[in-house]
Amino acid sequence: MTLTRTLTTAGGTSKRIRQDRKPLTFKRFMRKYFLGIVAILVSIVVFIVPFAFIFLTAAKNPQESSLFEFSLPQQGWYLWENFLAVLQTRDFIIVRAFVNSTILTVVSVAIMVVFAAMVGYVLQRRRSRWNHLINFFVLAGLIVPPAVVPTIWVMQTLGIFKTMPGMILIEATFGLSFCILLFRAFIATIPREIDEAAIIDGAGPLRLFFRVIFPMLRSVTITVIVVQSVTVFNDFTNPLYFLPGDENATVQLTLFNYQSQFNTQYHLLFADILLITIPPLIMFMFFNRKIVAGLTAGAVKG
Amino acid sequence: MTTIAHRPLEKSAPPPPREKRKRMKSMYPTWFYIPSGVLYVVLFAIPTFASFYFSLTRWSLFDVEFIGFDNFVTFFTEPMLFQGLINTFIYGFLTSALKVVFGLALAVLLTGSILGRGYLRSTIFFPVLVSTIGVGITFKVLMDPFDGLINKSLAVFGIQGPGWLTDPQWALFSVALVDVWKGVGIATLIYIAGIVAIPQEYFEAAKVDGAGAWKTFRNITLPLVRPATATVVLLSLIGGLRSFELIWAMTRGGPGFSSDVIASVIYKQYQAGFYGLSTAGNVVLFIIVTAIIVPISYFLNRRQVES
Repeated sequence: MTLTRTLTTAGGTSKRIRQDRKPLTFKRFMRKYFLGIVAILVSIVVFIVPFAFIFLTAAKNPQESSLFEFSLPQQGWYLWENFLAVLQTRDFIIVRAFVNSTILTVVSVAIMVVFAAMVGYVLQRRRSRWNHLINFFVLAGLIVPPAVVPTIWVMQTLGIFKTMPGMILIEATFGLSFCILLFRAFIATIPREIDEAAIIDGAGPLRLFFRVIFPMLRSVTITVIVVQSVTVFNDFTNPLYFLPGDENATVQLTLFNYQSQFNTQYHLLFADILLITIPPLIMFMFFNRKIVAGLTAGAVKG
Repeated sequence: MTTIAHRPLEKSAPPPPREKRKRMKSMYPTWFYIPSGVLYVVLFAIPTFASFYFSLTRWSLFDVEFIGFDNFVTFFTEPMLFQGLINTFIYGFLTSALKVVFGLALAVLLTGSILGRGYLRSTIFFPVLVSTIGVGITFKVLMDPFDGLINKSLAVFGIQGPGWLTDPQWALFSVALVDVWKGVGIATLIYIAGIVAIPQEYFEAAKVDGAGAWKTFRNITLPLVRPATATVVLLSLIGGLRSFELIWAMTRGGPGFSSDVIASVIYKQYQAGFYGLSTAGNVVLFIIVTAIIVPISYFLNRRQVES
């Protein structure tokens, strides 16, 4: 419900502005543009400068970058060289980290999407006295901070501590609640008549869900995928606890370790930050709307 | 279409017979819960319940010794651990309050007719998607007391900036400010969705009645975005009380223990091998988060129903 509302009302504001178009007096001009210009200037100082700083420092040579100055590189651009240097450090560990993070993100998000869609679907469609309890557990999953050492203890008992499959399951588990809320809200907007029609046509439960309902969840599925991939890719705490060790390092862990290692090589440190910012940036450029819809809808529900 | 809808057979159709209802129900099989349920129980519920027991032990993963409430006593008497407790409250409530204020202000600004609205929305939102560790490292450099861009810029205006992260009195606040910088985008988004959902008639009526911008905000926008406020407060409190990554990337709880929070204490005790104490920290965090979030969400939702 909330999801569709956000989406449909998103275009409403621009219409509102066009309605009250009056002749442009000086006062109106000031009100219309002055505030905007001030806001843009402030936003440049507060939000653009830090990102520009990352980019510029990543493009400098070692001596210049250690000055922490906000300026164009005076002694030539070294962006490409710095990227290559970062990738080559410690036997290409960051390349391995990128591969690890990609596997972790893709598999855990895939698990989340399928499992959460199944739960959201039955939870929304089937009225039973267990619903209250399940809703309670879903909310608890959002609020309760995971208990760290007991989780490690359980994982060790199962033999999945410090392994990629274990890490994947952890990320999937911690992300489930949020996904279930999004799916449940969206499935409520799909009329039950569709289910009935499919049943009359002879579909079984599995066919009904995977062939009829699941394809209709495309829009919310994309939202879930985008939001959760960014979350899992940027996660630092969980890999820190549950996936220690170099051979399985994720990009956030390598970045954090670089901090102490490259204490004097800020050009490499910032080149690394820049590299790690690229995947979310791509997500942002292609799926800005989806991310916005997902975060507001999930938030209002949660 | 109408002819189909008014087919006599359907119109007079009795409530579905029990057998059909049963069949409908079996179309939504309970075992769909199982895959998620197994993950949830094994990797989340069992550890959470186990944490209550292990928090009462001296524990090294190999042997467990029951010591009663000693861990909790340590937690509340050891000054450096207690500091973390206090800091968690400060950090959680400060970031939450600032996100509400800035988020609402920015949302009001960005739902009006303002130059460069799309650009502003994207710019404010983008930091949400950037790696917390990356943001932490960047601001650590920007907040450097001598060479950092912030203090150098302040020096141009003749202001001697504080040692943001090196001064124990400032460290926690500096990290909280960066947290707000990174997270205000979500708060703004939620408020924008809330403001856009307010029916336009209210604003028009206020205009006809001669209400100015402030009165409109005070008497229409503010009361009607309460659901959005509830969401922002709850989300930022849940995030703020549990927050670890940014603090760990910027100060590691330092200088001294001045910016330690419970989540960083948990990690430090875990690293030191005090698993029982670390788990006790987890239980304390669990109790604090639940004790704060549940009443607030109850309060905010009740007010919402009344209005």
